[in-house]
Amino acid sequence: MLKIFKYSFQDLIRSKWSFILGLFYMAVTFGLLYMSNDLSRAIVSLMNIILFINPLVGIMLGIMYYYNSRDFSELLLAQPIKRKDYFLGQYLGLSLSLVISFVLGLGVPFLLYGVLVSDAVVNFLTLMFAGSALVLIFCALAFWVATANENKIKGFGKAILLWLFFAILYDGIFLLSLLVFESYPLEKFSIAATLLNPIDFSRVLIMLQLDVSLLFGYTGAVFNKFFGSYVGILLITGAAVIWVISPIFMMLRAAKRKDF
Amino acid sequence: MITFKHIYKSFGKHVVFEDLNLDLEKGGIWSVLGPNGSGKTTLMKILLGLVVPDKGTILMDGEEILKQDLYRKKINYMPQIARFPENLKVREIIAMIHDIRQQPADEIALVNRFDLGSYLDVPLKNLSGGTRQKVNAVLAFMHDNPVIVLDEPTVGLDPVTLLKLKELIQEEKDKGKLILLTTHITGLVEEISDQIVFLLEGKVFFQGTLDHLFQKTGQDNLERSMAAIMEHGISNIDSDDSKITSHYA
Repeated sequence: MLKIFKYSFQDLIRSKWSFILGLFYMAVTFGLLYMSNDLSRAIVSLMNIILFINPLVGIMLGIMYYYNSRDFSELLLAQPIKRKDYFLGQYLGLSLSLVISFVLGLGVPFLLYGVLVSDAVVNFLTLMFAGSALVLIFCALAFWVATANENKIKGFGKAILLWLFFAILYDGIFLLSLLVFESYPLEKFSIAATLLNPIDFSRVLIMLQLDVSLLFGYTGAVFNKFFGSYVGILLITGAAVIWVISPIFMMLRAAKRKDF
Repeated sequence: MITFKHIYKSFGKHVVFEDLNLDLEKGGIWSVLGPNGSGKTTLMKILLGLVVPDKGTILMDGEEILKQDLYRKKINYMPQIARFPENLKVREIIAMIHDIRQQPADEIALVNRFDLGSYLDVPLKNLSGGTRQKVNAVLAFMHDNPVIVLDEPTVGLDPVTLLKLKELIQEEKDKGKLILLTTHITGLVEEISDQIVFLLEGKVFFQGTLDHLFQKTGQDNLERSMAAIMEHGISNIDSDDSKITSHYA
């Protein structure tokens, strides 16, 4: 697995995509830092961008990379390596190179603005953690969708739908159900609903850390009330781990039965 | 050396193999023939674990290989269409396969043999189809293993390279290796094959030597023999021999 990881990582980190992505994050971060001139405010603004962009980047690049390297997989799978190792290696190569683009793109400007000696350092790290988790999760979802769909167009379509669902539709349905069932106690429901959407729990995670009660929103407030910040953060971290592992597991299951 | 037992495989509604049995009992050049879509490539891919059969087992040197991985150490494979990562250079792909297999390799001799020396630092996307196929051949032959699987190895090769490839296959055969080959060039089959395997309608229709096939079909060349089988099926052919298996009978 390490060898496959090494090759796909090398290939990707040299590619122009990682570079462009890193530059994009850097430009946005520099812009926001310059305009707000306040680290915590820049973090809140960036949060909104990252919650939207990172899942899209993860899922689109994941699906593109998978279908692009599909021809090559035939050559590699005919070698004495395990299927599992091949797919895990590919996934790690892609997702880690994207995470590195993200971390460097955000990290460099913040370091230059002295985030390490400010009181926003933990908030900044939380943002990094949430953003990286989103990339890992949506990359894994992309690999699962791509492995399960031999047809490229179908795979692309499903991936975009998945992103649309989590980024936009989910919140709409969530809000609607809160309205419809407003006369019932909805705390447990809203906690579960939040943990079922990686974008939502990433938002709540950053909110809890920032401790800006004005921005909590309903779910943030529920989390705060029920668990306090600390347990809430732990719970969300656990959910993030499960959200990375389960699509990888599904991908490996689909890969096992797949014909090349 | 390799035995396929009761292999079933369908892709959706399309049935490729229905109780296919095949015994490649000894080294030599085995040519797999059959009409388009008869499962020649699928047979090879099942052997390599690229395609998962619905049912059946494969034994290699007495050991069950399906769902295993390390047995592929003993098999070299040249796929039908040579497709590589676009940005890698010829030198890098050779190094990569070498690194993954971790077996002694003789790539320099092969690079010289196929005149690839000047292409070593060219990205694979800039190579012509024939040159890619040469790279494909280097990758398939550079490790010294007992089984070599060649899926349409001659596609896109010029006559000189074809001759070199033929010599190479012969040399490997003389070392006692088992070479499993598909090709549509009947001349090549007649020239180098020790054994013919004819696939038809999901089964091994005929297995034996070329002379045996001519005898059975009453023809004197491979093209006509194949045409005779495909047109008339087994009914027209004397099937007293146990090697001929038919489901029409």
